[in-house]
Amino acid sequence: MTIQEKQKEVIEEFSMFDDWMQRYEYMIELGKSLPLIDEKYKIDENLIKGCQSKVWVHAELEGDKLVFTADSDAIITKGIVAILIRVFSNQHPSEIIEADTAFIDEIGLKEHLSPTRANGLVSMIKQLKMYAVAYQTQLN
Amino acid sequence: MRHQTQAKTFEVEKIRKDFPILNRKVNGYPLVYFDNAATSQTPQQVIDVIVDYYSNYNANIHRGVHSLSQEATDKYEQARIKLQKHFNAEKPYEIIFTSGTTHGINLVASGFSEFLKEGDEILVSAMEHHSNIVPWQMLCERTGAILKVIPINLKGELIYSEYEKLINENTKLVFVNHVSNALGSVNPIKEIIEKAHANNAAVLIDGAQAAPHIKADVQALDVDFYVASAHKMCGPTGVGILYGKEAWLEKLPPYQGGGEMIATVSFEKTTYAGLPHKFEAGTPNICGGIAFGAAIDYMNQIGFDEIAAYEHELLEYATGKLKEIEGMKIYGEAEEKTAVISFNIEGLHPYDIGTLLDKMGIAVRTGHHCAQPVMDFFKIPGTVRASFSFYNSHDEIDSFIEAVKKAKMMLQ
Repeated sequence: MTIQEKQKEVIEEFSMFDDWMQRYEYMIELGKSLPLIDEKYKIDENLIKGCQSKVWVHAELEGDKLVFTADSDAIITKGIVAILIRVFSNQHPSEIIEADTAFIDEIGLKEHLSPTRANGLVSMIKQLKMYAVAYQTQLN
Repeated sequence: MRHQTQAKTFEVEKIRKDFPILNRKVNGYPLVYFDNAATSQTPQQVIDVIVDYYSNYNANIHRGVHSLSQEATDKYEQARIKLQKHFNAEKPYEIIFTSGTTHGINLVASGFSEFLKEGDEILVSAMEHHSNIVPWQMLCERTGAILKVIPINLKGELIYSEYEKLINENTKLVFVNHVSNALGSVNPIKEIIEKAHANNAAVLIDGAQAAPHIKADVQALDVDFYVASAHKMCGPTGVGILYGKEAWLEKLPPYQGGGEMIATVSFEKTTYAGLPHKFEAGTPNICGGIAFGAAIDYMNQIGFDEIAAYEHELLEYATGKLKEIEGMKIYGEAEEKTAVISFNIEGLHPYDIGTLLDKMGIAVRTGHHCAQPVMDFFKIPGTVRASFSFYNSHDEIDSFIEAVKKAKMMLQ
């Protein structure tokens, strides 16, 4: 599946919810249920410093696809991290570089990507793209 | 039962009508604003003064020959007198208008670099806001002075006996907040000042968190410097005051050069203007200063004793209700504290709680509150902080408690 197809899938999933509470309950569920990262990668070098919640990201190349694993100490942030991983992981670096994050707005979570939010997500997306740029060079 | 006599005499419903912002909805819920320690809301009486200034007499001050300039100057200087009276300074020119508390602290810290030498010591408390730590670290780097920290106990109180041990003949300056922003603890500043003076050390008190709740009398306290911000006491952002004893202000060098702060200028020699202008370089926040005066009038009309009593009642009520929630841990249980509650719920991240409260229209602060050393002391990443003002109500606390319970249920 392409990034766009995955984004469409997430948007469809979220369209089933009527209100914010159902959306957040779903995200909390995602945050709780997914094993997102190997504990050995939860090290300071992989830490993206948001002001309030910590986010760890690890990237490695499998063939020509970039695989991300990540985690956060805050559960709602972790839920969004899970969505981002689902959309961006296992894709070719060039696809990741070009992808936009407008779908976050469409699923009603726009506020989490506001830079004032200081939850590390904006930095996380930047980091995902930087990994993609780095590995793209490696693939070339 | 809960609406006791105090609440009846304190006409909160009438007061709430003065604050237009309290009518708005956030995320579909009526706004419950419990982030007053970050900034307070503005009553219509103060908004009117701001509108009146820009509608009728906006002009530069202290220099114009024309009527508007004269009117603006008069109003600005009247505001200074209001602040002088409020803080009971001896002279109006002991009140310096600043852009806020941080500016006032930096002004003093910068000036003190002329008085310090290697080996001198500065004492600060362990419960300071970042803005209160960094200027002193910078001052120490410039002068070779040493920064020493007065520790706090588990209730979030300054350990006075440790302060007594730390202070000595090398101590040149003591700096503590009147009230802690992260914990709400009220510090025994009168004793701290007396002890410092007995050791010939000067004292700067950060009144940012205290000024909205406690009327400080700078002469009775005998404090050398006291700083506060308008935006925490119903005034606008971008304006505050530095009170300094005349002798100290005369001694301190100017902080910034520019217009307004000079007497004569030539390329050979510039002589500085007298107080307060020596420290008020450039065009000040004229409207802000005037509105600050109006905010002080507004709060005094309600009465600081009445405000403190009512807020204390809100604090007790909310603390009692929060403690009924399982897993609740409150940080900062000083004997004397202002209406601030910093808390966590076992197993939950403060950011998650804050996010869900916001979805329910409740504004609180989450995080380390720019007081990381305090968070390190309690070994936590941060807290949720609810801070109350005199325009908050018991009903709002009820909504808040319900929302905290709901957030807890969703997150567990």
